[in-house]
Amino acid sequence: MRLPGFRLAALALPIALMACANGAKDAPKSASAKPAAKPDAAVKVEAPFASTYKAYPGAATVISGATIFDGEGGRIDNGVVLLRDGKITSVAAEITDAEFPADANIVDGTGMFVTPGIIDIHSHLGNYPTPSVAAHDDGNEATSPTTPEVWAEHSVWPQDPGFSRALANGGITSLQILPGSANLMGGRSVTLKNVYSRTVQGMKFPGAPYGFKMACGENPKRVYGGKGRMPSTRMGNYAVNRQTWIKAQEYKKKRDGGKEFTRDIGMETLAGVLDGDILVHNHCYRADEMAQVLDMAKEFGYKVSTFHHAVESYKIADLLKANDVCSAVWADWWGFKMEAYDAIPENAALINNAGACAIIHSDDQNQIQRLNQEAAKAMADGRRMGMTITEADAMRWLTINPAKAMGIDKMTGSLKAGKMADVVLWNGNPFSVYSRPAKVWIDGALLFDASNPALRPVSDFELGQPGSGDVK
Amino acid sequence: MNRLLLSACAFAALSSPAFAETIAITGGKVIIGDGSDPVDGGNVVIRDGRVVAAGGNVAIPAGATIVDASGKWVTPGIFAGFSRLGLAEVDAVDGTNDKSAGRSGFSAGLDIAPAIDPFRSPFAVNRTAGITRAVVAPEAGSNMFAGQGAIADLGNDSDAVTKARAFQFVEFGEDGAQKSGGSRSASHATFRAMLREAQDYAAGRGTFDDQLLRAEDAKALLPVLRGETRLLVHVEAANDMLRILELRKDFPALKLVFVGASEGWRVAREIAASGVPVIASALNDLPASFEQLGATQSNIGRMKNAGVKVAIGMIDDRDAHQLRYSAQYAGNLVSLGQVPRATGLSWNDAFAAITSAPADIMGVGDRLGSLKAGRAADVVIWDGDPLELSSAAEAVYVDGVLQPLDNRQARLRDRYKTPGESALPKAYEK
Repeated sequence: MRLPGFRLAALALPIALMACANGAKDAPKSASAKPAAKPDAAVKVEAPFASTYKAYPGAATVISGATIFDGEGGRIDNGVVLLRDGKITSVAAEITDAEFPADANIVDGTGMFVTPGIIDIHSHLGNYPTPSVAAHDDGNEATSPTTPEVWAEHSVWPQDPGFSRALANGGITSLQILPGSANLMGGRSVTLKNVYSRTVQGMKFPGAPYGFKMACGENPKRVYGGKGRMPSTRMGNYAVNRQTWIKAQEYKKKRDGGKEFTRDIGMETLAGVLDGDILVHNHCYRADEMAQVLDMAKEFGYKVSTFHHAVESYKIADLLKANDVCSAVWADWWGFKMEAYDAIPENAALINNAGACAIIHSDDQNQIQRLNQEAAKAMADGRRMGMTITEADAMRWLTINPAKAMGIDKMTGSLKAGKMADVVLWNGNPFSVYSRPAKVWIDGALLFDASNPALRPVSDFELGQPGSGDVK
Repeated sequence: MNRLLLSACAFAALSSPAFAETIAITGGKVIIGDGSDPVDGGNVVIRDGRVVAAGGNVAIPAGATIVDASGKWVTPGIFAGFSRLGLAEVDAVDGTNDKSAGRSGFSAGLDIAPAIDPFRSPFAVNRTAGITRAVVAPEAGSNMFAGQGAIADLGNDSDAVTKARAFQFVEFGEDGAQKSGGSRSASHATFRAMLREAQDYAAGRGTFDDQLLRAEDAKALLPVLRGETRLLVHVEAANDMLRILELRKDFPALKLVFVGASEGWRVAREIAASGVPVIASALNDLPASFEQLGATQSNIGRMKNAGVKVAIGMIDDRDAHQLRYSAQYAGNLVSLGQVPRATGLSWNDAFAAITSAPADIMGVGDRLGSLKAGRAADVVIWDGDPLELSSAAEAVYVDGVLQPLDNRQARLRDRYKTPGESALPKAYEK
């Protein structure tokens, strides 16, 4: 199935839709309000489970006097950020009177810092929500080594209390929810705006391409080998993957042949990867395995967007740069499993130093609340070994780099005029342990304000519980 | 090292020229660790492995080796309030993981001390981050009683145990209920029955090996019953804490310490009135389980304000590898001071929560955890505020001995400073 609107090159359509989606919330719609498109002669069908997210209303806002990290490596001291109609309209050292909207809210950011909304490329909020009870264990359809047919969004519980913590403590405005890593091919990811909704569709990031979760190494061979089936070794991992890609190539050929054929939703996803419409996010710790995945990707003509948990990327940073692949890493996790044994805290800095794409991710409902701190540690460790890394540079690890890797960088991930007004105002330098988000805007709507209890979301699950509405 | 516990005679025998040395760390910003204000331009004098004096107006003895710490911070080493340090090299590799002994049949009688291996890499990695002492607890296995925990030091030597059998560790709450048969009623019944059996054992009644307790377990519970050994109780929910406090009606000598206590703020007055101290998770703020529904990062600050003695621990939180998060967590509690309606800790109290407070709670505050005179000379010189993310330990002393700050992570870092191979493969770069 081709998914018009999900091709990277075709992102203009959803952006255009977003532009006029800024008014008051519409009356409730069905879960998927768009009428199904008529399939054309080929096999193109309308994307099901389409986003119904609409930006909440936001006033024109001027944040003045703050230090600005623009998310692309730029820094402006004592600058001005102007948000209007859900978009960033100006980021500058100063703005002219003519640009200054008469109706704007003025936010005095003196002594504070402004950054793009923080993006977590690896989260399981919603599909492994809290409370972490067995009934919520929806993150991994670990019943077969390949489950390309599953979609993470069908597991996401939009009432996960974790979304509110990620917003209030972490300044998270966008996040990718991935299937787990028990299987070689775990299924489709979904990218969300960090805005509570009654439905998953109401959280889906409009126009974000799908991701596809793959996993190397210990997990697949342990889980399936433990069940007495293939794969039970790393060579088994590659064999199952390659056999599956061959089937996907055959499916794609059939699909593109113009004749009638039976749909297979797993194969549709794999064909979408081969088309370049769906971005591969490959859990892979070890350097040697990443190098082999890159060759497998060449063999079948797909591209790996990002290696996740890539604790050994520092060993092959040159290779990753040459292949234009991002590494999504923790600052300093190590030693919890064999393939994490060689993790070092300088990993992100060494990747960055080689000119490759570094991303700090969480994979954790707690650390998603302080990705800024994790980036700060990674930056400090790099500096300590002599590298020059500016704070503005390190901010890219949380903003434009994950946005690129998720295919949403034309829409968000930096403070550039015309992009979504996904913005965090920090009460101090975000690279300090002493700083927290003061305000968070998503598409220009103020959705968290530390000084206003009304702007601290409480999920259904927590309503009426002990500590409901607490600062958390 | 176990120097503090050695007899005077053994101590003399171990004394070496290095130990007779007097060291004066001068001119730094000195943190005593007891919650008092920093002293700018202070001195720390150590001799024979102990602190002689620290703070302002401390004279430098003649002949002392001077370590200039101008522009640096000088503090007690960080005391990890709860951990599994040394019990695992790689958590998921069974042969290297000694945290729990579920198939052994033993429980309270297990002594974690021989499982603490100072040659495991978490010692070196966390020492590099300025951690010098740690509470090390076993994980519960066959029943709610996990066994006897220890206090360890992170010195680069073969003797890690500062104090063996320093406490007994028991799981209450959801885990305790599951391990006891499926209900909190069962964990309370098991707890009472096991303590009674221990009393029977002491009185020479019963055979034990066919009952709940083996003799080894019973022996280990006797000092707990007498209040000679602390009982660290993992508990999260407000109601569970109240019900555990009630156990003291029947077992009045119990010296309880709560561990975890995510909902402690909800019953902070009662905990304070009971005098039970708490080693708490600093940043739990999610309802990770139903016993943590009220979790908030303000928990520690609120308990402290209510008069509870509180320290920070890594409870089931990367507890074998990431003790180095202690300082980051303490810093986060300071940050809460700027968040409206949140309750954090002052910087001084936050630092005490990872130094003197855990030592005091474990009953070793007179020997460890601060730079007061007579304490073990666990001293760290930092290049900046030790709670700040950009800071690092530049020198670490354990029992007055300057420690190496190398580890295998640093070796890997150096080998791959440039990723490409040169004239020979990387394996030749050592």
